[in-house]
Parts: sequence; structure tokens; C-alpha cells
Amino acid sequence: MASPHPETWVEVRPQGLYVVPGDFYVDPLRAVDRAVITHGHSDHARAGHRSVMATVETLAIMAHRLGAQPEQDKRALAYGEVMRVGETEVSLHPAGHVLGSAQVLVEYQGSRIAVSGDYKRRADPTCAAFVPVKCDVFVTEATFGLPVFRHPDDRAEIAKLLDSVRLFPERCHVVGVYSLGKAQRVIGLLREAGWHRPIFVHGALQPMCALYEAHGVPLGDLRPATAGAKGSPKDEFKGAIVLAPPSAIIDRWARRLPDPVVCMASGWMRVRQRARQGGVELPLIISDHADWDELLQTFDDVGAPEIWITHGREEALMHAASARGYRARALALVGYEDEGGS
Amino acid sequence: MTPFANLLDRLIYTPARNTKLALIVDYFRHAPDPDRGWALAALTGGLSFPGVKAGAIRDLAMRRVDPVLFQWSYDYVGDLAETTALIWPERRTNRAWPTLGEVVHGLQTTARADAPDVIEEWLDPLDATGRWALLKLITGGLRVGVSARLAKVALAEYGKVDATEIEEVWHGLTPPYGELFAWLDGAAPRPDLEDKPVFRPPMLAHPLEDAEVAGLDFDAFLAEWKWDGIRVQVVSRAGQKRLYSRTGDDIGAGFPDVLDAVSFEGVLDGELLVGIDGDVRPFNELQQRLNRKSVTAAMLRKHPAFVRLYDILFDGREDLRALPTMQRRARLEAFVERHAPQRMDLSEVVDFSSSDELERMRAGARGTSTEGLMLKRRDAPYVAGRPKGLWYKWKRGPLTVDAVLMYAQRGHGKRSSFYSDYTFGAWRENPETGAAELVPVGKAYFGFTDDELKLLDKWVRDHTVNRFGPVREVEHALVFEVAFDSVNRSPRHKSGVAMRFPRIARIRWDKPAAEADRLETLEKLIE
Ligand SMILES: [Zn+2]
Ligand SMILES: [Zn+2]
Repeated sequence: MASPHPETWVEVRPQGLYVVPGDFYVDPLRAVDRAVITHGHSDHARAGHRSVMATVETLAIMAHRLGAQPEQDKRALAYGEVMRVGETEVSLHPAGHVLGSAQVLVEYQGSRIAVSGDYKRRADPTCAAFVPVKCDVFVTEATFGLPVFRHPDDRAEIAKLLDSVRLFPERCHVVGVYSLGKAQRVIGLLREAGWHRPIFVHGALQPMCALYEAHGVPLGDLRPATAGAKGSPKDEFKGAIVLAPPSAIIDRWARRLPDPVVCMASGWMRVRQRARQGGVELPLIISDHADWDELLQTFDDVGAPEIWITHGREEALMHAASARGYRARALALVGYEDEGGS
Repeated sequence: MTPFANLLDRLIYTPARNTKLALIVDYFRHAPDPDRGWALAALTGGLSFPGVKAGAIRDLAMRRVDPVLFQWSYDYVGDLAETTALIWPERRTNRAWPTLGEVVHGLQTTARADAPDVIEEWLDPLDATGRWALLKLITGGLRVGVSARLAKVALAEYGKVDATEIEEVWHGLTPPYGELFAWLDGAAPRPDLEDKPVFRPPMLAHPLEDAEVAGLDFDAFLAEWKWDGIRVQVVSRAGQKRLYSRTGDDIGAGFPDVLDAVSFEGVLDGELLVGIDGDVRPFNELQQRLNRKSVTAAMLRKHPAFVRLYDILFDGREDLRALPTMQRRARLEAFVERHAPQRMDLSEVVDFSSSDELERMRAGARGTSTEGLMLKRRDAPYVAGRPKGLWYKWKRGPLTVDAVLMYAQRGHGKRSSFYSDYTFGAWRENPETGAAELVPVGKAYFGFTDDELKLLDKWVRDHTVNRFGPVREVEHALVFEVAFDSVNRSPRHKSGVAMRFPRIARIRWDKPAAEADRLETLEKLIE
């Protein structure tokens, strides 16, 4: 008997992507009975599900961000471990996006669909690297689904930052980063580049950094950036690198810093017009998502004849995937808002 | 290309002047020769490659990219050079990044038809920032907010010399400025300009605001008419003669009648006018002779040019600039007496006994070929630039502003093949970033002749940076003197002001865009 095509057993519902024979949703957009969660960003990991299956790291991140939710049934799955759910077999595989991020592979009667959530292909010292898994349908994001998005080498971006620190030793470099993923990655990249001095971290970023460290990701000497009293810039910030949420870097909070060079780490910094909005003086093109080339490369790597696109700029990606001989389909899921700052 | 591309990439995000200076100085420290000299030329507007048009860049992209994907990308990015730079499919190549020197040399020696092939070869080894810098350099759309003045201050800081020293030698040098850097590096003496007919940075006046009139000590000033022509500098040294505009452009080719008459050695400051025997013709007659590489005999006969002399900088080789105005005036009079130069006359001193009398003369000057009065402090030396409190221009009457062309749109009817509707802007500080920006203040489509329209149309096509249907966004590099009847507040416009009956009073080919008027100037005219 031929395997059933995934479109016969996976449905797009208002709650999100639903696996019928397993009776569960992947990254549901509202509270459901059974959810499998790819990663801890708030647009993918929402509160109120009765049962949740995810990596142990993602469960920890959810507990930190959403509260303990004691009545919730939580099931931790290691990468590669297979779990029977209804009539399906579910396993998680590294997505390379943030700590604990996973692609959800669902197999039903020999037919396989991989839901990748958000993913990237670059090496990242703070999370496990993406592993391509063979499947019949690959479900992809398209955050950077335009060919102008080709992320440069992140080490060169970090070098740009360190070069600026050298050139402006009297100033402080404040880097806008999102709290889950980007902050720790930038710290990890700085450490790899040989920056072993203390890195000052805004209060809103500290708990997630601590969580990473508790899960075996060393981040070196981190200090609270909130130490200075308002209006009295601290000398220790001169020549220092400070990380803060994007909302804080051009806000009142940043005034305590000595003549800050405002930096922002995001894949959106690739396009100058976009980077120039919001007063960024040093854009760092560091993204937690696959760029255009990597999206297309991934389709080849997983060998799926069919691509479903969940969110992002699906139009151009559909066009390019079709031109390469893939069947491409936009799921038009509304609600993945790119909390990770990309 | 690497250091240059990185410099541009930093400058474009940097609003603060001091930060820009630090970045440029750092670049001069680390970039090799002759690249840094070419970069200096690019930053100061001294480099242009008219052979390569924006359309060629799009064609180049089409060689490699799916047109559908390109269009979507362009819609998103909104800038042709940047879209091409970002979308360019990277190919592995063993070629090294081209150096800036190679790029400049390549473009200068490549036939127009071959330029795209050459550019394509450069694009492959570059990264996205390198490609962006290359395409911006080639299409002349650098716009990184660096004035020539700022670049010179950076040179001064780099070489630890006074900025006036840079100004002094600047116009005797040419890209890639090897001599200049050798001097600043202490490896060679200061470039020798002794026998060169170099341009000397002129002294400029501040506008005298109405509010300042009451407080001004008129007795300390000498008054002259401000003639409505083009400010020029006549330079003659070691048998070489030059006629410079006030920005240092050599405009001598269009005015052989003036240059041929120069039979002295020295440097004179004056107003270029058209007229016979001191009878000044309207500005638009002079305009007929501007922007021409050569000039016909008929033109010379019909619109003879002459220079009305305001000041003397060098008498022979004697530098008179440190002398006070009154002594220079005496030297100028003696000079004219001695040499009786053809095609030149003295700007007369306007005698007055009170500021009221002067004010009446200024107001009464309507309909003459003057724009108002010049007031020069009697004890002032001749100082390059626009020093405070020494020279004032006291313009008369009609409402005019100098605005910068921003967009041009195709006209209608028989003008439909011409870009004939012009939107122009005034400078202001961006309320959020504090960076200087242009904000549109009006639109005009008359006030120029058909010949001027042809020139304008060509200028627009050569300086396009973006297209939106029938509209072209152009480089911010051309100044219009815009005349208008009145100006009102208008919340509907981004600038907050609206002009009544704006028209192009004249095209200020000679005026740098950075010196166009600010929005505040218009706001002050609101009635
Ligand atoms: Zn995410
Ligand atoms: Zn997402």
C-alpha cells in the first residue's frame, strides 16, 4: 500500500498545523489539548496547552517565560528519540535556531513530514547545529525569503564591532539583542573572537543568560549593566560592550552609558533603509534564521519533493522553489510574529 | 575596496560630525596609496564616471538574476544599486577584491560599451558591502553626508596641520593626491604651488538678517553693490591664466574673451557679468554662456562678458590677504590704474552717511542688475570661508530661496519626453536623528528657457538615483533659485510650508547643494 500523502493527514486549522492521526498541533497559535513545540520564542510557544512535548531546554524556557503551569502535562524528548503519539511517531531534530530548538518529524504509515519551526544553518556556539532529515514534505519558514537577504559571515560582523570598540575607546557600544537566542549568540561569538573582558548585560537579558549557562552553555564574565545610577555614566562602561533589548538601546535607559554607539544585531540590518530607521549607528547583520541561499539549500538537503511555507515572505520563495522543481505551497498561517528579532 | 567599502558603510549610518571625522582619519591611517587618494576624491565629489548609467546596473543584474525576483527585491529595498549589490549571486572566484585604484583606472580606460563586462568581473570577488560601495561609487550616488569641507578637516587632523593650509594647497592638487599625503605623512615637503595658477578659497558673506540691522555699526563697514552675476576668481601666474567659479571649478573655457584680456600677474576677486562698457545685462544673458565647453564667435559678440572687480588677493606674487579691507581696496585701485585691464572694471564703493540712507538705496535698487548690497568690515583681512561678522550680504526684496532639486517628473503634451516638473527641497535637521536632510518645499515647471529645459532634462537623466514611474529621484546636487510671491503655513506638506506661485528664477549651476537655504529661511518669510 502506498504511503498516504501528508496533505491527507495534516491540516491547517485556525489553531495552527494539526496532525490528524496523532491528534496534536505543532506550535499552535492558541491554547489546545496537545501541542508539540519547536522552540521557546513566544510566537511558537504559547501558554495554556493541556499537554506539551518539546526538548528539555524548550520546556525550561517555557517554564521561565510562561510560568510553571502546574496542571500542564509536560513531556521532554531528546533529539532523535522517537515517541508514539496516536497513530504517528514523533521525533525532534536540531534546528540550529536557539537553545533547544527542534524540527518536528512526524511519520505516519511510512509518510514523513518535517516541521522545522524557525531554523538556521550557521554554526552557533550556543545551540546544536541543524540536522537535515529526509522527509516527503518539508515545512519551512520564510522570514528572509527574498534573494537580497544573504547573511554575511557572523565573525566578520563581530570583527566590525570590535574594530569600532578599538576606534572609539572612550565610548560604550550598546548592542540591541533579543533576550532568547540573539543575546547569548552574540556573547558566544564575542568570546570566540577573543573578547574575554566582562560583558555588561541589561537586567531583562540576565535570566535567559543564566538559563543558557545552567544548560551547559558557558558565556564568561557577565555583569549587570544596570549598576550605574541614572544620569551618572560609569567609567567602567567606557570601551565596554553592553547588551540590551532593542527597546532599551535608544531609550532613556541608555542615557546612563557614556556616549553610546548604538548597535543592533539582526538579519534585518542587511537592508540599509531598514537599518537606518531607529537611529542605529552600527548595524550587525547577525540572524538566527536561514538566509535565502540557505533556505533553498535546505530544500535540497532534506530531499523533500514538496515544500510548505508557514510564515514570512512566501511569495518569492514559492517562485524560486517552483523554478527548482519543488511543489511549493503557502500555508498562510497568521500569528508567527518573529519575536526573536531575526 | 575593502577599507573604502567599510568606511562608506559606517559613514552612511553616522550622523555625528566628530564620529565621521574619526572614521575618515582612521581610514587615511590604514588605507594604502593611491586608494585613499581616490577615496578622498570620491568623498569630495571629485570623481565621476559619466559613462555608466543606472540602467546599465539594472542590465547587469538581469544577466544573473531572475527578473521576477529582482523586481520583488527592488520593491522591498527601494534602491537600485543596493538591490543589485545584495542580490548579486556569489560565485567562487580566485580573483582578489579589486582595489579602488584598479576600479578608477579601469573605468577611466574602458570604453563605454565594455564597462558592464568590467564591472561584472569586479562584482564577483566582492562581498555585498563591497558591491554596494562599488556601484554607488560608479553611479555617483555616495551620499554619505560628507562635505568637501569635512574631508579637508579630516586631512588636517590626520596630518596635524591647520585646515587653512589644506584649503590653500587643495586646488593645486589632483587625485589621487600622492603629493598631499606624502606631505601629511611627513615624507615630503608641502606641495609647491609657486608656479601654479591655483584657486584660492574665497571669502564669503553672511546674509544680514533684518533683526541684525539695528545692532550693526555701519560706520565700520564699506558698502558695495552686490552684482547679479557669478562670483569668480581671476588667476594669472607664470603665464598661466584661469577663471574659477567660487567653488573652484575652472570655467575659463566658456569665457575666452575674459581670459584673453588678462595681461597681468595676480589673483582678483570679482563678479562675472555680461554687458558692454559697464552696462550690465540681465542675468539670463550671462546664463546663455554658462555650462558650455566652447563658445561661438556670435555668442561672444552678442553677450560679451567682463569681470567687475571686488577685491585683490595677490598683486603679482605678493599675498595681500592679510591686509585690511581698506588697504586692499587701495591696492586694487592702484592695480587697475597700473594695468588698465581690459574686460574688467572696478566695483564702485557706495557712499552713505547713515544706515537709513543705505537702506533706501538698497530698496531703490529694484530693477537694476544688483541683488542688494555688500557690507565689508573696513579692518577685515581676506579670510577663506565664511567668517562671522566681517562680510554681510544685504539682499533686497523679492522672495527667493535657493532650493535643491530632489525629484523631476515628466511633463505633459509636447514636454512629455522631458523631465520638466521639478520638486525642490530645503535643508533641515531631521527631528529624530539630527542629521541634515532635504524636505520638499515646492514644485515648479516654468521659469526656464527651452534650451535650459534640455540641459535640465539631461542633468536629471545623468543624476537619477531612483525611479518611481514617471518620477525620477535625483542626486541632491543642483540648486535652483526659486522665486515666489508668498509663503504660507501648510500642515498638509511635510515641510509645513507652501509657496505661492513658485517659479525657477534661475538655475544655480555654480552653487553647491549644501549651501542651499534651510527650511527656517522659508519659515521666516511666512506672513
Ligand atoms: Zn524563533
Ligand atoms: Zn518564528
